Amino acid sequence: MNPLALQQYLDFAYIAAVVLFILSLRFLSSPASARWGVLAGEIGAALAVIATLFNPELVQYKWILITLIVGAGIGVPLGLVHMTAVPQRTALSHAFGALSAAMIGIAEFYVGTAPVTRFQMGEIALEVIIGSLTFTGSVIAAGKLQEILPQRPIVYRGQNIVSLSVLGAALGLAVALVVNPAHAMLFPVMVIVALIFGVLLVTPIGGADMPTVISLLNSYAGFSAALLGFVLNSKVLVVAGALDGSSGFILSVIMCKAMNRSFSNVMFGAFGQVQVSAAGAKEERVVRSATPEEAAGILAAANKVVIVPGYGMAVAQAQHKVRELYDVLTKKGIDVRFAIHPVAGRMPGHMNVLLAEADIPYDRLIEMDEINGDFPQTDVALIIGANDVTNPAARSDQSSPIFGMPILDVDKAHTVMVIKRSMNPGFAGIDNPLYYLDRTLMLFGDAKQFVGGIVRELGGGH
Amino acid sequence: MPADFISNLYVFILAGFVGFEVIRRVSPLLHTPLMSLTNALDAIVVVAAIIIAGRHETRLTTVLGAIAVAASFSNMVGGFVITDRMLRMFKSGRSKQS
Repeated sequence: MNPLALQQYLDFAYIAAVVLFILSLRFLSSPASARWGVLAGEIGAALAVIATLFNPELVQYKWILITLIVGAGIGVPLGLVHMTAVPQRTALSHAFGALSAAMIGIAEFYVGTAPVTRFQMGEIALEVIIGSLTFTGSVIAAGKLQEILPQRPIVYRGQNIVSLSVLGAALGLAVALVVNPAHAMLFPVMVIVALIFGVLLVTPIGGADMPTVISLLNSYAGFSAALLGFVLNSKVLVVAGALDGSSGFILSVIMCKAMNRSFSNVMFGAFGQVQVSAAGAKEERVVRSATPEEAAGILAAANKVVIVPGYGMAVAQAQHKVRELYDVLTKKGIDVRFAIHPVAGRMPGHMNVLLAEADIPYDRLIEMDEINGDFPQTDVALIIGANDVTNPAARSDQSSPIFGMPILDVDKAHTVMVIKRSMNPGFAGIDNPLYYLDRTLMLFGDAKQFVGGIVRELGGGH
Repeated sequence: MPADFISNLYVFILAGFVGFEVIRRVSPLLHTPLMSLTNALDAIVVVAAIIIAGRHETRLTTVLGAIAVAASFSNMVGGFVITDRMLRMFKSGRSKQS
């Protein structure tokens, strides 16, 4: 076949892939059609990869085939991780995506077949900077989520100034390269500086802010792929990158709103600032606690129960016990629903995935805005491992660091029960007045064991 | 400014709008699978990596391309596998009873 005609066939394959990608995301609008989305995406991706293997520019297939096999060998186990490991797996996949985009950008700089123009140099430099910082940033995020690195924010004085100067240095080197692309030795320096900036960007961020950070890194990884499309003049990369980038961007905005943080606050990595002011006046206040027997008795007498899951449920891997509780209560004719705060857990949608894994029907998982009006008619709100997202201080206490954050109005339920390991404040270190209310009962213990205890009591009663 | 840049910019802006409109409709219930699916789609950079690795211009570019192929293809495979696993778990109350 003549090369020109072949090129056209390849272009048609890429166009078909792009259409399938958009359909793939379209199918995701409803859980019923969502699996078709995966199929559409797979067909599109396979089409594009196979078409590329026919590209006449390819002269050597050995490394392509070896690395495809290696990639699949890494990818399959990463696709089969336990559901509780999904946040760190996601962070790792942002890292891989960004690494790949950065490597290709760097290779493009060193290809040297055609002299690099200033304009191309600018594109490459920007692409490589974003790819590199997203790579190291995502690795740090994955390390924190896997708890290899401390989840608490690591902060020091003048942090933002140091971080921004490092970013400034990377951009300065990029400008120097644009002014004179012949200064090739500046390029690796720029890459290293950008890699360092990624570390500085994510290290200060605490575990509770991970949903925003993961979304933001998602968006960076997408935009670096789109920029790579500009560098290589590849429309399929521009489209896929724009889709991924806008998805991450939308999720970041949703997460920001759910934490009442401005976008610029997030962009400059000023998270974790919150933690400092927390440990103010600490007076002795009374909390009431209860045993599994007592908790079971109250639940059995209820008509409407709302369960509020948080990161603590994920840590304790309590979702299957929660499912047992759901079953035993439902069997008694009690209406049980789950209230899902957008930032509960460590990534967008984290709680939904865990509860779906435990076979809880998704029509029982209710978003914050939808369920908040129902709390006054709720007999028992059972909070499992959630803290800040239930803190009424966010509504009333102007001095609270989380003032203004939308919360689940659990304090309006007739009885509030909180399963918690101890009275230690949560990640953000903010005291929760909910625990001192007259209607609140504290259930101290491990979430999995405590829920198991309640289930035993309820099962034994009938 | 090169002509390619302008046409790519058109594509980028239009794709961004399409992405925004399509993703806005995704239920918050599925935000985790959304992220793993877009990750798998974004792994389409593997096509650029294949070309870099297969053109075999210098040893450096081949090595960089090879790393990029492995990294992005693992994302593609892993992303689709885990998205499908997650979506299989989401069942409605009605389908469970039947």
